[in-house]
Amino acid sequence: MDWSSIIENALRALVGREAVIYALAAIGLNVHFGYTGLLNFGQVGFMAVGAYAVAISVLEWGVPLLVGGLFGIGAAVLLALLLGLPTLRLRADYLAIVTIATSEIFRLMISAPSWRAVTGGSDGLSGFAGDFQDLNVFPDGNYGFGPWRYTEVGMWNLLVGWTLVLLAVLLVYLLIRSPWGRVIKAIREDEDAVRSLGKNVYFYKMQSLVLGGVIGAVGGMYWVSVQASVTPQSFSPIPTFYAYAALILGGLAKLWGPVVGSMIFWTLLSLTQGVVNEAVANDYIPDSVMDSIQAGNVRFMLVGIGLILLLVFRPQGLFGDRREIALQD
Amino acid sequence: MRRVVGALAALVALAVTLAGMAGGAAAQEQTDEGDAPSEAIAGTLRYDDESGEAVPAEGVEITVESADGSFTDSGESDDEGRFEIAVPGPGQYSVTLDPDTLPEDVVLRNADRATLEGVELRAGQTRSVLFPIDFGEAATRNVSTTFDRFLRLLVDGIRFGLIIAMSAIGLSLIYGTTGLVNFSHGEMVTFGALVAFFFNVTLGWTMLAAAAAAVIVAGVAGGGLDRFFWRPLRNRGTGVIAMLVISIGLSILLRYIFNFQFGGRTRTYRQYTLQREGLDLGPVTIVPRDLIGMLLSVAVLVGVAVFLQRTRVGKGMRAVSDNRDLAESSGIDVDRVINFVWVGGAALAAFGGILHGLSALVSWQMGFQLLLLMFAGVTLGGLGTAYGALVGSMVVGMVMEVSTLYIPSEFKTVTALAILIGILIVRPQGILGQAERVG
Repeated sequence: MDWSSIIENALRALVGREAVIYALAAIGLNVHFGYTGLLNFGQVGFMAVGAYAVAISVLEWGVPLLVGGLFGIGAAVLLALLLGLPTLRLRADYLAIVTIATSEIFRLMISAPSWRAVTGGSDGLSGFAGDFQDLNVFPDGNYGFGPWRYTEVGMWNLLVGWTLVLLAVLLVYLLIRSPWGRVIKAIREDEDAVRSLGKNVYFYKMQSLVLGGVIGAVGGMYWVSVQASVTPQSFSPIPTFYAYAALILGGLAKLWGPVVGSMIFWTLLSLTQGVVNEAVANDYIPDSVMDSIQAGNVRFMLVGIGLILLLVFRPQGLFGDRREIALQD
Repeated sequence: MRRVVGALAALVALAVTLAGMAGGAAAQEQTDEGDAPSEAIAGTLRYDDESGEAVPAEGVEITVESADGSFTDSGESDDEGRFEIAVPGPGQYSVTLDPDTLPEDVVLRNADRATLEGVELRAGQTRSVLFPIDFGEAATRNVSTTFDRFLRLLVDGIRFGLIIAMSAIGLSLIYGTTGLVNFSHGEMVTFGALVAFFFNVTLGWTMLAAAAAAVIVAGVAGGGLDRFFWRPLRNRGTGVIAMLVISIGLSILLRYIFNFQFGGRTRTYRQYTLQREGLDLGPVTIVPRDLIGMLLSVAVLVGVAVFLQRTRVGKGMRAVSDNRDLAESSGIDVDRVINFVWVGGAALAAFGGILHGLSALVSWQMGFQLLLLMFAGVTLGGLGTAYGALVGSMVVGMVMEVSTLYIPSEFKTVTALAILIGILIVRPQGILGQAERVG
């Protein structure tokens, strides 16, 4: 067993780009679910809409990447309105069904051969993210220390990513401690009480849905800018569940919960997957029990078990407050 | 608390064992071929002959080349039209079909797409590629009127709607009796199909016996799941939202256990998978497998209706669905009724999964793919009602198929999900739901 590389990979995952992407997605979900109590199971839809809006606007209309980002945000706002209009007046679980359905609709549409000319079909799109690396402020070379050694490209990716995360956290911090944030949290606790105070609950929920969706879309845009390509397969329902796992692990309705949760989530995933892969490769686990293809499934099973155990035994996650989560009733 | 962990551990063990039995066949198959290739490009070549019946194209040569040109291999489609070409590793490949090797009078629908460039494979992935081929005459000649096609699609839609309905009744009744939106219901569908696969392919039983056994196993498993997993959670006072997220965790867990044991490939049952001789019913041709499947479904659904209307437990289910507290204070044993719902719901889901596996393919995520359509059907009909699930699912199935008259068939799932969103705007309680059910 090559323990040093397993541990090195796990430590790199602690601050890696997956941690950034899922931190952003989970911050958005925290606004939805943690603070407002909205069950959005289509966060990946927001990520996909943002990602494809960037890619298509850059490739089709030739706008710079940053302007494409504005299109991405606009698309996420539209999606939130579309999702919110029919469902925010209804019981929480309807939103869950509709959001997951809408994210699947979007994935099926972008992978459809009929629109291949624009969306690239199942092959996806690439060649839209040149601007991202052109803006790199780091001169060529190697940076970092210990396990965290990166080229200038890696440094730039992480700098942009963690800056985005910090900005998102700051935005949420300012909004949640404002009067707006108090209304949002009150809606989570008792919708009728808020309504009886004359607040337009529907309107506030909609704003929350838009805000969290836009943060998720930024995650999606960052993802495809760093990866320099986008494919519909990336936007299966699985990323939403990862983001939920990260969020609940870190703690619902906690400012840093989604960020810390995402970092720990990816470290754990890398660690366990590393151990399993090594054990299979070195025949500590015989092939009759598990071969290398099967080993790829282990991380998903762990996410499933982790979600169940967390919700049963520690729904507030590592840092959350049990009184402040929308899982009761 | 300890019981929930114990139940979870038992559940994992059970799922691994059962799925493992189904996977046994797969493992055998692979050892026959020597070392199992980790990545492959696969596909199935079929075309509709004069009667509109799908026929496999045998002996068609397919060539795979890696993007850097370092690897080339070719293979031929077998008597089911299937081809699978192993490749050395993940990466970009181009796939070429040799049109000269196609059967007589069969042509590529898009003659300029004989080569698919840039087919990308991830590690361990078997990537399906599609070459649409047509019977030469059919490709140019309009063989049937729109009305004939409409009828044909309508029959397809009824068949598919019955499958959705069968799977969705449990989903709706579980919601009605416990308030749980069960995201792991799709896995019950897969479970039934995989257990039937084990009996049918691994053990070599006939399909009917395998199906009956699988439905029984699934019913017992569903009852056990409720008794040892969900009931303790309910007794702990776990909220419905928390249970919803737990069901998602359970869904991921079970799905990847299935993938672990069954593999990522799609497979077919040993019998009735390819029937060429259709029965002519006026303008509509239907293969006996689908006709028998539909008749069985209707019989089962009528049975369910009689059960719900006539028997004590069935009445209890409707009562608990309607108002749990009132039912309990009228002396109905609510926990027992809920347990029956799980047994029946899981058995029906398994039956739906077997029928779906017979007419489509058996795979580790077939149920999850069906889940959203079930949600569409159940929401359309009215969440929490048994008959609503039935009506809504039938409508979803028929609209999906008939919509392909006007829009490309790749959008039919989109149509179904769009119905789901549309119905929530105009009538959120669904066709048969009562207005006060909705928040």
